[in-house]
Amino acid sequence: MRYALRRLGFFVLTLWVALTLNFLLPRLMPGNPALAMMTKFHDQGATPQTLKTLETLFGVNSQQSLLGQYFGYLHHMLTGNFGTSLSEYPASVASVIGSAIWWTLGLVGITTILAFALGTGLGIVSAWRRGGKLDSIVPPVFVITSAIPYFWVAMVLVLIFALSLHWFPSQGGYYVTTDTPGFNLTFFQDVINHAFLPAMALLITTIGTWILTMRNTMITTLAEDYVRMARAKGLPGWRIMFDYAARNAILPNLVGFAMSLGFVVSGAILIEYVFNYPGVGYMLLQAVDGEDYPLMQALFLLITVAVLFAILAADILTAILDPRTRAAR
Amino acid sequence: MAMPVSGVPTEAPVAQVPAGHALARVGRAIRSNRKATTGTVLLAIFILIALFPGVIAHDSPTADAYAPHLPVSTAHLLGTNAYGQDLFAQVVWGTRNVLIIAFVVGLATTGIAVLIGVAAAYLGGGWDGTLNVLTDVLLVIPLFPLLIIIAAYAHGEGTIVLIMAITLTSWSYTARQLRSQALTLRNRDFLVAARVRGERSLYVIVMEVIPTMTSLIVASFLTNALYAVLLASSLQFIGLGDPNTVSWGTTLYWAENNAALQTGEPLWAIAPGACIALLGAAFALLNYAFDEIGNPALRPVRRSKRVRST
Repeated sequence: MRYALRRLGFFVLTLWVALTLNFLLPRLMPGNPALAMMTKFHDQGATPQTLKTLETLFGVNSQQSLLGQYFGYLHHMLTGNFGTSLSEYPASVASVIGSAIWWTLGLVGITTILAFALGTGLGIVSAWRRGGKLDSIVPPVFVITSAIPYFWVAMVLVLIFALSLHWFPSQGGYYVTTDTPGFNLTFFQDVINHAFLPAMALLITTIGTWILTMRNTMITTLAEDYVRMARAKGLPGWRIMFDYAARNAILPNLVGFAMSLGFVVSGAILIEYVFNYPGVGYMLLQAVDGEDYPLMQALFLLITVAVLFAILAADILTAILDPRTRAAR
Repeated sequence: MAMPVSGVPTEAPVAQVPAGHALARVGRAIRSNRKATTGTVLLAIFILIALFPGVIAHDSPTADAYAPHLPVSTAHLLGTNAYGQDLFAQVVWGTRNVLIIAFVVGLATTGIAVLIGVAAAYLGGGWDGTLNVLTDVLLVIPLFPLLIIIAAYAHGEGTIVLIMAITLTSWSYTARQLRSQALTLRNRDFLVAARVRGERSLYVIVMEVIPTMTSLIVASFLTNALYAVLLASSLQFIGLGDPNTVSWGTTLYWAENNAALQTGEPLWAIAPGACIALLGAAFALLNYAFDEIGNPALRPVRRSKRVRST
C-alpha cells in the first residue's frame, strides 16, 4: 500500500514536470517564439477571448507576474482547456487531436501487438533451438536493424514497394479524392492498403527487441533445475518449451509490452512523417512546422500521460504475475 | 523506442592490471570476437573519413558547381542532386558532424550518468532519494517528443544546441544501470577498507568504485553514442537542426524536401541513410560484443550433436 502511494506520488510529480517544461520552454527560449505566434493569431482575426486564453498559456503581453501566469496556465491545463489551434484555426486543440488519434491508435497499436506476438514467438523458438538456423540468423540481423534509423527503412520501403513496384500507395491514410470515410468494405480495404507499408516499417524496426529479450531470458530459464526435471520426467518437448521455459521467461517481455503500449502515441512520429500518415505524430511535426505551439504543447502532454499510464499498467502487471516483487515490497 | 537490454556484466576487476597488459587484452578480445572485429573496422573507417574528408572527396559539399541530376559516374560516384552538389562529397564531409555528435554526446551523457548514478548509490540516504527521483522522472518523459519541442522553440540553432539538448535529456537510462551496479559494490571489503582508512567520498568514488565498473561504462558509452547518432539524424531529417550544416541528417532533410524518391533521385536519400545505419551498426556490434565478453552465457554456441530429448 505504501509502495502504491509512493508510485502515485511519482506519477503526479512527473506530470507536473512535463507541465512545467511546457510552461517554461517557450518563455526561456531566445527570440520570444510565442510573440511571433500571437502576431499570426492576430492576423487570423482571433477573438479577444481566444487571445486572452493564449496570453495566459504563453505569457505574452501579460500584465501578470510569472507566478500568476503559471497558476493560470496550470488551471487551464487541468480543466482541459488547451487553447485554439493556429494551423486549423478556429478549431480547438482538443478537437484537432481527436480527429488524428484514431489513425495512430489503429496503425501503431495493431502493429505493436503484432510485433510483440511475432517477436516473442520467434524468441522462444530461437532459444529452444539454440545454435540452430533461426538462432544463428536472427540475433546478428537484429543487431544491425536496431541501429538503422526507422524513417530510413520507411523510405526504402516506399522506394521499392510504392514507387518501383506500385503495389501499395506511398502516402496518406486513404485516397482522399476518391474515397469517403465510412463503414464500408471499400473504405476498409483502402485503409488497410495504405497502412501496410508504414506497419511493415514499424514491424521491421521493433521486432528485434522482442526476439532478443525473449531469447536471452529463455536461455537463462532453460538452464534451470525445473527444466532439467521436466526433461527427466520425460515430458514432450513442446510442453517443456511453453509451460516450463517460456512461461517463466516471458515476464520481461510482458512488462515491456505494457510499457510499449504507452509509446503507441509517440512511437511512430517519423514513420507517419515519411508516409504523410494523418496521425498524431505527423500532426506534431506539422504543428512544429506551422509554429502552432498550443497544439504542440497539448500533444506533448498527451504523449507523456500515455506513457505514465502504460508504466502504471506495467507495475500492476508485474505485481500480479511475479509474487516475489510483492513480498519484497 | 525501447533501449536494448544489455545484461549487467558480472564483476570486471580490471583496475589492478597494468595499462600495457589491459590494452593487449582488449586487442586480443577484439580479434577473437567477430562482432567486435567488424565493429572496430567500420568505426575506424568512419573516423579516418571524418579526419581527412578532403583526401577522399575532392569536391566541396556545399558548392552548387555542377549540372543538377547528373547520374552516377567516375567523376560523381553518387551523382549530383537537384542543386548540382556532388552527393559523394556531401556524404564524406557529413561524416565529421555525425561523429562529433556521437562522441561528444556519448562521452558527456556517460559522464553525467556515472557521476549521478555512482554518487546516488554510494552516498545513499537523502542524496540517493533526490537523485533517484530526478533520474526516474527523466527516464519516464518521452525523449524524442521532448527533443522535438525543445528544437522547435530553439529554431534550427545548429549542432551545439543539438548536442546540449540530447545530452541533458538522455543520461537517465545509463545512470539507472550504473546505480544498480554500484549498489552491489557498496559493502564490498575493499570499499569498507577505504572508508576505514578515512578516505574522502570523492576519492573513493573516483579511484575505487568507478574503475571496477569499466566494462559497463564502456558499454554505456557505445549505446549512448548510437542513440546520439539516431536522435541527431532524426532531428536534422525533420528540419530541426541547422539546415546549412553538412551532415547526413541534413542531406536527408534536403532530399525529403525535394521529393528525391519521387523524382528519380533515390541515391540522395539512400546513401546518407545507409551511412547512418553502418555507423550505428558499428556501435551496436561493439556493444553486443562487449556484452558477450562480459556475459559468457550469451555467446553463440556451435550446434551440438546432443540428442534432443523427446
